[in-house]
Amino acid sequence: MKEIRTAFLVILVFSLLLGVVYPLLLTGIGQLVFPWRANGSLVSVGGRVVGSELLGQSFSSARYFHGRPSPSDYDAMASGASNLGPSNRALLLVVQERVDRIRSKNGLPSGTPIPADLVLSSASGLDPEISIESALLQVDRVATARGLDVAVVRSLVERMVVGPFLAAFGDRRVNVLRLNLALDGLT
Amino acid sequence: MTKAVLSTLELLLLLFPVALLLGGYMARVFRGERTFLSSGLRPMEKLVYRLCRVDEAREMSGRSYALCVVATTLGGCLVLLLIQLLQGILPLNPQGLRGVRWDTALNTAISFGTNTNWQAYAGETTMSPLTQMLGLAVQNFLSAAVGIAVAVAMIRGFARKEAKTVGNFWVDLVRSVIYILLPLALVLAVVLVSQGVVQTLRAPVEARTLESARQVIPMGPVASQEAIKELGTNGGGYYNANSAHPFENPNGLTNLLENFALLLIPTALVFSFGIMVGNRRQGRALLAAMLALFALGLGLSFWAELSGNPLLADAGVLAGANFEGKEVRLGIPASALWAESTTATSTGAVNSAHDSDLPLVGLVQLFNMGIGEVVFGGVGVGLIGMLFYVVLAMFVAGLMIGRTPEFLGKKLGAREMIMAVIGILLPPVILLSGAAIALLLPAGLAGLGNPSAHGLSEILYAYTSAVGNNGSAMAGLSANTPFYNLTLGLVMLIGRFATLLPGLAIGAAVARKRTVPSSIATFPTTGPLFVVVLVGVILLVGALTYFPAFSLGPILEHLFLGAGRLA
Amino acid sequence: MTRRSTGAAERRSMFDRALVIQAVRGSFRKLDPRQLLRSPVMLVTEAGAALTTILTVVSIVQARPFSFELQVSLWLWFTVLFANFAEALAEAQGSARAESLRRSRKDLAARRQLADGRTEQVSAATLRKGDAVVVGDGETIPGDGEIVEGTALVDESAITGESAPVVREAGGDRSGVTGGSRVLSGQIKVRITANPGETFLDHMIAMVEGARRQMTPNEIALQILLVGLTVLFVVVVLSVPAMAHYMGVATTVPVLVSLLVCLMPTTIGGLLPAIGIAGMDRLVQRNVIALSGRAVEASGDVDIVVLDKTGTITLGNRMATELLPAPGVSREELIDAALLSSLPDETPEGRSIVVLCKNELGIRGGDIRAPGDAVFIPFSAMTRMSGVDVGMRRIRKGAIDAMEGLVRLLGGYFPEPVKAQVEAVARNGDTPMVVTDGSRVLGVVRLKDVLKQGIKARLAELRHMGIRSVMITGDNPLTAASIAAEAGLDDFIAQAKPDAKLSLIRKYQSDGHLVAMIGDGTNDAPALAQADVAVAMNAGTQAAREAANMIDLDSNPTKLLDIVEVGKEILITRGALTTFSVANDMAKYFAIVPAIFAAAYPELGVLNVMRLSTPASAILAAVVFNALIIPALIPLALRGVRFRARSASAVLRWNLLVYGMGGLLLPFLGIKLLDMFLVALRLV
Repeated sequence: MKEIRTAFLVILVFSLLLGVVYPLLLTGIGQLVFPWRANGSLVSVGGRVVGSELLGQSFSSARYFHGRPSPSDYDAMASGASNLGPSNRALLLVVQERVDRIRSKNGLPSGTPIPADLVLSSASGLDPEISIESALLQVDRVATARGLDVAVVRSLVERMVVGPFLAAFGDRRVNVLRLNLALDGLT
Repeated sequence: MTKAVLSTLELLLLLFPVALLLGGYMARVFRGERTFLSSGLRPMEKLVYRLCRVDEAREMSGRSYALCVVATTLGGCLVLLLIQLLQGILPLNPQGLRGVRWDTALNTAISFGTNTNWQAYAGETTMSPLTQMLGLAVQNFLSAAVGIAVAVAMIRGFARKEAKTVGNFWVDLVRSVIYILLPLALVLAVVLVSQGVVQTLRAPVEARTLESARQVIPMGPVASQEAIKELGTNGGGYYNANSAHPFENPNGLTNLLENFALLLIPTALVFSFGIMVGNRRQGRALLAAMLALFALGLGLSFWAELSGNPLLADAGVLAGANFEGKEVRLGIPASALWAESTTATSTGAVNSAHDSDLPLVGLVQLFNMGIGEVVFGGVGVGLIGMLFYVVLAMFVAGLMIGRTPEFLGKKLGAREMIMAVIGILLPPVILLSGAAIALLLPAGLAGLGNPSAHGLSEILYAYTSAVGNNGSAMAGLSANTPFYNLTLGLVMLIGRFATLLPGLAIGAAVARKRTVPSSIATFPTTGPLFVVVLVGVILLVGALTYFPAFSLGPILEHLFLGAGRLA
Repeated sequence: MTRRSTGAAERRSMFDRALVIQAVRGSFRKLDPRQLLRSPVMLVTEAGAALTTILTVVSIVQARPFSFELQVSLWLWFTVLFANFAEALAEAQGSARAESLRRSRKDLAARRQLADGRTEQVSAATLRKGDAVVVGDGETIPGDGEIVEGTALVDESAITGESAPVVREAGGDRSGVTGGSRVLSGQIKVRITANPGETFLDHMIAMVEGARRQMTPNEIALQILLVGLTVLFVVVVLSVPAMAHYMGVATTVPVLVSLLVCLMPTTIGGLLPAIGIAGMDRLVQRNVIALSGRAVEASGDVDIVVLDKTGTITLGNRMATELLPAPGVSREELIDAALLSSLPDETPEGRSIVVLCKNELGIRGGDIRAPGDAVFIPFSAMTRMSGVDVGMRRIRKGAIDAMEGLVRLLGGYFPEPVKAQVEAVARNGDTPMVVTDGSRVLGVVRLKDVLKQGIKARLAELRHMGIRSVMITGDNPLTAASIAAEAGLDDFIAQAKPDAKLSLIRKYQSDGHLVAMIGDGTNDAPALAQADVAVAMNAGTQAAREAANMIDLDSNPTKLLDIVEVGKEILITRGALTTFSVANDMAKYFAIVPAIFAAAYPELGVLNVMRLSTPASAILAAVVFNALIIPALIPLALRGVRFRARSASAVLRWNLLVYGMGGLLLPFLGIKLLDMFLVALRLV
């Protein structure tokens, strides 16, 4: 019938317009005007890509600041959350474990509450930042591991803090990759 | 606390003025009047008509219009299905992904064709850039345009008197895309790219991390899709983590813009409604009702999240803050605000993991979707759903003042009542049936990601999200199985048509009526009493429908947390 | 508004013994599922009752405890019975009133006139449409019909309860008669207009009796809503065992059936038929026979009423209200002359002049007589004056041009001031009557169209309800304007031709208004057929009565107020009880959900806000409340929610408060009390 034919014509025409012209146009604009951003905000060291400014990566050495827990351990091709519910025993067990580990690794007395972002995983599994509190509690460990002055490391962290957008979106936080790169730059 | 209030205020202060302007613009577009973009876009519009053999001047009856709606929706699903199945042999497939599995492909085809964008799959490993661009993103535009068109037809029904037609579907569809969706999407997409949302066709990049681990960084034409995902209240992200993924939502600015974008057109359409029926105060009254419900849900969410999780506090988490499934650059208040926005509209995009939200937050999300997403709602369908409730409220209110029911001068009779009843009550019937079946069958229970009460919430959420064409999920539920793909696909289809078709029917029926003049004996529908009645009806119907389900799901879990009981 | 009982029957209280017994029998008869098909909510309830009864029997046979199931079954049956009772009672009341009307004409004798002129004595039951009967002094009119010959003074008290006799005559607008009324004096030939069993009364009784009753459009729409809610609640209740099973809780069928019946809108579902029937019955109480349920509903929406002037707004005959003596003439002279010339005058105008003069002189009663030698000169179309010759005096009265001619003929002159007086009276919309004695002009009598008593108040009430009143008359614009202003009408059409009424109504309807019209004449029939609410006076012509959809037995034009009130009351009662019924559900959830789940999940005990004793008592209390609320609301359903003429917002606010908030809160109290009661009686 006539309307069905029109339906297919419309889908066809719009597939071309919206599925080819529109994204290609945008890709063109992006690549021309914002090439670094459009291509993943990649960070390189010595000509080698070490990651993206926007994506977190796994850090476990004592010499580096650690990021948030990640269900996929920062596999960027497998973004996603743990999806554990607030009353789920599995969540509480793993949180307890992380809390204990962080306290012991960073020399904190037992019973110290740990900032939430450091013991709970992110929604994407690729969160590149941690809160200022989470960074500060790692300063001692990192400084010791690198033989740096604690004050120096602390001031480095504080210099790299960004605040909430429009005082409402986001917490006071640091980008872990940038922070660790800066650390490497210090020594 | 301050962040909660500030983020809400900033969002609303951005939203309402722009929505007001857009509302006026859209009214002019759908009336066929000239606008400031006409000189540039009119030639494109005419070209599309010529290519598709559309007679711009022809008007359609309700029945023809409905036929076009069904044809476009099903046709879109079919095309998307084919693209997915043939993905393996189509170009622009740098990762060499195979054709999508039949049940996933079917579910996705229905999902994107019905504006749901429920994603049983993970984007990074399932869909090639071509499929995303040519298949998914195109359906994002189309399904949004279908919703807008039907809403406009329904508005025309109230605006016209003794008319046999409600407009031309193709004209409304084309105008939605060319004058509204495309320009807005272009502007938003460019801004998003500037902030870091990826837009490229290259293959994923291999990186060597600082600790010498291998990290493969995904690429893709994301910004172009992200823009229409929000603007069209679609919600289907390029990546699995949706708007929690830093490549889809890199910072606070993009978060604000995306949150604003998903609310924009639904809000603007309510302004358009007021203009097109010649009663701006009526539009504002509807907005007041929506805003009241929005504030209610938001308030409860904020209160719950800011109170934290006592179990986490016991385990040593500072303040028991529920940061599971949240991003640092967004924070808890902005995540709660987004979650309210995305479930109140029918978007379904997420910037946090809903499965990890506190139970009362989950309750708010379930309620928002369960009442049919009428709090601003999806593009087009939100207004339609709200008008169903208006019909119901005016029916009872009219009786209580001793008049046969009417709204905007049009008498509401048995026909309008049947359609409103179907629109409001059929979705809950379907979703409760589906959830009940899933709870009884092993195939359903097999997908659960959390136990006990929270598991009940997961399954309930899936079917509620599907019937309301929302698309968000408590993602702990492993739904990429034939059982869920098929049942949810069916539910999505029924839910979509259970909103569009009755809405269209009411529009066509009401268009044919003449208007009754108002007098001291008619009840003014622009005042606070009307808003109170409308909100009351919505809350009561919702409460009565979901009391048992919510008692066993979110409310019970909330009580568990309070009692320190683990599931 | 006085509510008179009809006919000679005594006022029946709502719960008259005979009616109640009849209703109780009817409620059992209506248990037949075929009857309940018209009320899906009650049908599902009945199915639930049957199911639980079967399960109770099974429990008994298997020697398991059955007290709970038994009580639930009983109360479910009561729920259906109470609903049936409501409908049956309303039907019984409606039929009773109509029956009393019908009874008044049973076993009547009639004198039927045959083609050749002879009359034969027959039973009234054998009369057919078209038969001619003659009725004389003291005889009772045997059937509904139209007077084709003669005039009579008729006592309609058997029908309307009004003891003052009325004039009915052939040819005019007052030709309709009702079977059962009595001729006091006069002789008339009546053409029977309806076969037995097909009179308007029979028509109305048919509307009241359930089996043949059709649902009105608004009722249908409301039923759709109720069915929708029922389907929703069936699914909600069916999902409970699935969720319960998943959570490890067992549920039983009687509990689920209880939940379903409590959730369904059984209150409004059960009372809905009674509301409509009772409404029609209340109309009969006010002596209005409704012939269409649709019209009764529409009357709630009427926003324009079209009225005649003569006989509707005004008394129909002019009254003398003022005496204006000419300069140089004393007031007493004018009074004397006017009185003399009017004493023998049989016309209403003449009689009113007599009354006016008597009042002026302060005389009451009939003490004044015309002198014996007075000769009355009656009005003739040629002379256009009337008067009296007494002694040497020739007193005349009439219109100015006639009197002016007479005076000039007799050699007198017509004083300018009197001409001015005449003009002033005419400009005011009144009729000036000039009185002369010989060639001397004595003065002017003002004849006014007098409004019916209370009409201004009635029209003000209509306006308060949002109804505009429009007068349509053949009079000149001046007169019409002054009447309209005095009566407080919203609009008027003057110098209207006979078909003007029909086109006026059509125009209003095309503008979206709902129009009511009151009429009695044959020329009113087309307009009556067009109007949305068409009220014909019972005294009116057959054509008018057949074109109308309501018959006013009192032939009182302000009856429309009552009709609108009843129409609105019916709608308001439906809305109020629907809201109440649905709002009740919240409390029932708070009673039943914790009852089902708190055993396995004590945390859910928090939901037991009423602190009900045990799960069984909670559920049973809810079921009992759900059943008892129906008879508790029967008086309200039958009486109707009072309609107060306030603004729509005020009415809505009030009704929402009472039935919305009340519906939410009352059951909390009710269920708690019942729970305590049940526990105290050790029934659970």
